[in-house]
Amino acid sequence: MTARYLIPLLACCTLLTASPVFADADDLVERGAYLARAGDCAACHTAPEGKPFAGGLGIESPFGTIYSTNITPDPEHGIGHYTEEQFAAALRDGKRTDGANLYPAMPYPSYANLTDEDVHALYAYFMQGVEPVATQPPETSLGFPFNQRWGITAWNWLFADQETFTPKADRNALTERGRYLVEGLGHCGSCHTPRGIAQQEKALDDGDDAYLAGADLNGWWAPSLRAGKGGDGQGIEGWDTQAIVDYLKTGRNVHATVGGEMTSVIAHSTSHLTDQDLTSIAQYLKSLPANPANESVASADEREQATRETAARLTAAKHLSDGERLYIDNCAACHFNAGEGADRVFPQLAGNSLINADDPTGLIHTILAGARPPATPTIPAQLPMPGFSWRLSNEEVATLATFVRGAWGNDAEPVTAEQVARVRASIKQAPLSRAPDPNGSLNHEDGDQ
Amino acid sequence: MAKQQPRVDAVIVGLGWTGSIMGMELTDAGLNVLALERGADRTNADFAYPKAADEIQYGVRHTMMQKPKQSAVTIRRNLDERALPQRKLGAFLPGDGVGGAGAHWTGVLIRPTPTDLQLKSFADQAFEPGVLQEDMQIQDFGVTWDELEPHFTFFEKVCGQSGTTGNLRGEIQEGGDPFEGPRSEPYPLPALQDTQSTDMFDKAARQLGYHPFPNPSANVSRAWTNPYGMQLGPCNYCGFCSRYGCVNYSKASPQTCILNALKQRSNFAYRTHANVTRVELAPDGKTATGVTYIDENGDEVFQPADMVVLASYALNNVRLMLNSGIGQMYDPVSRTGTVGRNYAYQIGGGIHLYFDDIEFNPFATAGATGRMFNDFSPGNFDSAPYGFIGGAKMHASQASGTPIKTPLPNHTPSWGQGYKDALKKYYGHHMEISMAGSVMSYRTNMLDLDPTWKDPYGLPLLRMTFDWKENELKLSRFMRDRLREIAKVLKPDHMDESFQLSGDHFKVTNYVSTHNVGGAVMGTDPSNSALNRYLQSWDVHNVFVPGGNAFPQNFQANPTDLIAALTYWSAKKIKETYLKKPGPLMSRA
Repeated sequence: MTARYLIPLLACCTLLTASPVFADADDLVERGAYLARAGDCAACHTAPEGKPFAGGLGIESPFGTIYSTNITPDPEHGIGHYTEEQFAAALRDGKRTDGANLYPAMPYPSYANLTDEDVHALYAYFMQGVEPVATQPPETSLGFPFNQRWGITAWNWLFADQETFTPKADRNALTERGRYLVEGLGHCGSCHTPRGIAQQEKALDDGDDAYLAGADLNGWWAPSLRAGKGGDGQGIEGWDTQAIVDYLKTGRNVHATVGGEMTSVIAHSTSHLTDQDLTSIAQYLKSLPANPANESVASADEREQATRETAARLTAAKHLSDGERLYIDNCAACHFNAGEGADRVFPQLAGNSLINADDPTGLIHTILAGARPPATPTIPAQLPMPGFSWRLSNEEVATLATFVRGAWGNDAEPVTAEQVARVRASIKQAPLSRAPDPNGSLNHEDGDQ
Repeated sequence: MAKQQPRVDAVIVGLGWTGSIMGMELTDAGLNVLALERGADRTNADFAYPKAADEIQYGVRHTMMQKPKQSAVTIRRNLDERALPQRKLGAFLPGDGVGGAGAHWTGVLIRPTPTDLQLKSFADQAFEPGVLQEDMQIQDFGVTWDELEPHFTFFEKVCGQSGTTGNLRGEIQEGGDPFEGPRSEPYPLPALQDTQSTDMFDKAARQLGYHPFPNPSANVSRAWTNPYGMQLGPCNYCGFCSRYGCVNYSKASPQTCILNALKQRSNFAYRTHANVTRVELAPDGKTATGVTYIDENGDEVFQPADMVVLASYALNNVRLMLNSGIGQMYDPVSRTGTVGRNYAYQIGGGIHLYFDDIEFNPFATAGATGRMFNDFSPGNFDSAPYGFIGGAKMHASQASGTPIKTPLPNHTPSWGQGYKDALKKYYGHHMEISMAGSVMSYRTNMLDLDPTWKDPYGLPLLRMTFDWKENELKLSRFMRDRLREIAKVLKPDHMDESFQLSGDHFKVTNYVSTHNVGGAVMGTDPSNSALNRYLQSWDVHNVFVPGGNAFPQNFQANPTDLIAALTYWSAKKIKETYLKKPGPLMSRA
């Protein structure tokens, strides 16, 4: 929608005048649009079925629901009356025009690293490239004491310490570009860095081992993004630079397919970034030493051996356990006996970070409700994983999940039927066998999809 | 007064294979394109495991097929009979909804031979005058192998075609079809796995001197990402292909291979439950102004468009042309008119072989699993002494192992204890050796508008006049004798035959194939073709009609590869020439 609006607008500008000043202005707006993609502003500032950037999405926090604001250039309901200085203060310091603090659901502690040049481009985009929408999103009203926005001042003083980005001279320029995007606009740490007692991210940059070390997100494990050597080789540690680029660009690679919250990040943000920026992000992540907490539990050889053993048992199909039987009947068609999935099409289960997470919520959710990869510009294909909630009982899901958490060298605790029951209760559409389409219904003009 | 929608550059009627391909090509050219689909929307999510693998729902009750109520044709076998409407699907199963037959097809993706495209020229050269039936109306396609080859190659990449190359740029390759036309590139993916029945057929055929090769398949043998960024998962041989959507996303279909890429384009949109009833023409009848359709509320809507692509099923394309007055309706008596002329079909037959001690595990198969040989396609053998022209694909295919459709020996009761006993005894002990034969075109095998029967909107139904002709029945007998020789080598414990032989007539109740072709054929002569060689109507230049309707007669194999290649061929000409200067692409002179 945004892009569609942008094009006629740019065409208008060009018609008004052919002066080079305006051509530059177009470039600036376009660059701002790109940066807004990189920051995934639309993810929080667009409500389901709502107009882009008109706000109103309810974000669940431990303190209550925080509603995103209208950041379209509408002067009354949006940010049309913001000066560039006020815009910069909101973005980098979490300050409203009236001087009140924004809730840190807005990742201003990360955006604090934005260069003046990028803030300028973003401002140009939000003022000139976004359609104004005159709607007022619901007011956020948290209970006491969290409704006291002045309290955030202390929080900011304690935790929001990031400064404007300056590349480190001793590091590779591409890696540094990656650091800028990951620490800043990408605000990857919002989900992937563990949080402390005051819900602050334990680290905002790579000066600390906790940075991007993996975190719990409402029960889903947002895995460690520390992709360098040194851990147990599961998840992203086993990926090379190209695999990381493929994942961010298309939502899938030779190892994995995206699920959970990251699906929308890929659909709306990373799949639109340039290859060079994605490579810089991948290089930066590879430069972070793996989380030392991930002590190596099994060598690659041991895992290969375990994979062979599981595959042999499933292939022989003699004296199968209930978990093995459930796997063959429900999963093996796509993920195969060796748990290898299929190259860039179906995810690998061996060494999969979602399956091996301490908290099995994400795995249970995926088994019950299925998953649907995003349609991305380069890989528009969507091969949805069906949900099995209509077909498998809580006990069966627990047995199946326990099996996959122990097969092919995977090593995670068993799952109980009670855990499955809790996740089932949390899924609104549990009886459906379809995951919602992250892209909405594409150009279909009567919504019977 | 009909409602009116905003004008688009091009409207596509039907969103199956040809509609999806035209959608990609015309949006590539920058046009604003709208597709109108009569049926419901269908996406990959509709085929999610395991619900799509339900034999009662899909195999028996035909959930993915058009209902006779929406799309019946009336059928008669000769000009003297009174045609009656289909009340139940039988001989052929046109697809319904987005994806069309491309969503429920088996997935055999094979090219015609260069000779098939120029059959009339071949016949003139290989047969003495008077050998062939005098009422035969075979023609060249008007397009050559070399012209179509790049389009076959591209579409096969779109589908992830799996198989063994037989002729790479003129070099014959071991294990492939030595009779295939030269391919510019090898098959994108290796062949599917073999089975007991393919091994047995392969050995027997080789022993008799034939050249068997794996059925060319659009059920992919490996994971595949196509030129549009669309993806297929590796086939897991579940046996639910023909009549089903693929639970594993392993069968090439508009859904797996094109649609999401198309839907991402901002200059494309589609509407479902939009039943196009006619193409509207300008007062001079020389251009179309758009189409009229009935929407899901039953309201009539006019959709203006600068260009109309009829991309529905072959039979419906012909009916739309006739109901819209595009071109002149064929008259078999005066032999005038071209729309409805040269309807053709396919002739099948085979021998069921039962072996008490062999387990075939028919449930572990892909739709296209099988072996075939092309030794009996036109030009590869001399059929003149037998008095027929044409050929057959000889094959042992094991498309499915679903229990209800499993073949049982003749005279087995169709229910009760006798049926159960036979099912228990013979399930998994059966293989079939078959022929799929070409069908020529004839003066009285044709389509026109039925003078009596009308659809719920008061529009005449399409009338099909079709029967087997002596040429095809001779071909069937010849191929039967060859298959008997193979059966003799295989030595089954029991066998049954099923062939059309002299004196047999077309029966609409028995499934034969959904390879209905012709009726609005392509060519270079406006007196015997409704479309020029670019699939453009000779009479209304902004109407293009890609589909099986364009075949002047049918060849001996599966039509999808040729239909798709012709569509790309037509699209190329539209982009390169037509859009720059809209008008007839060939002169009538």
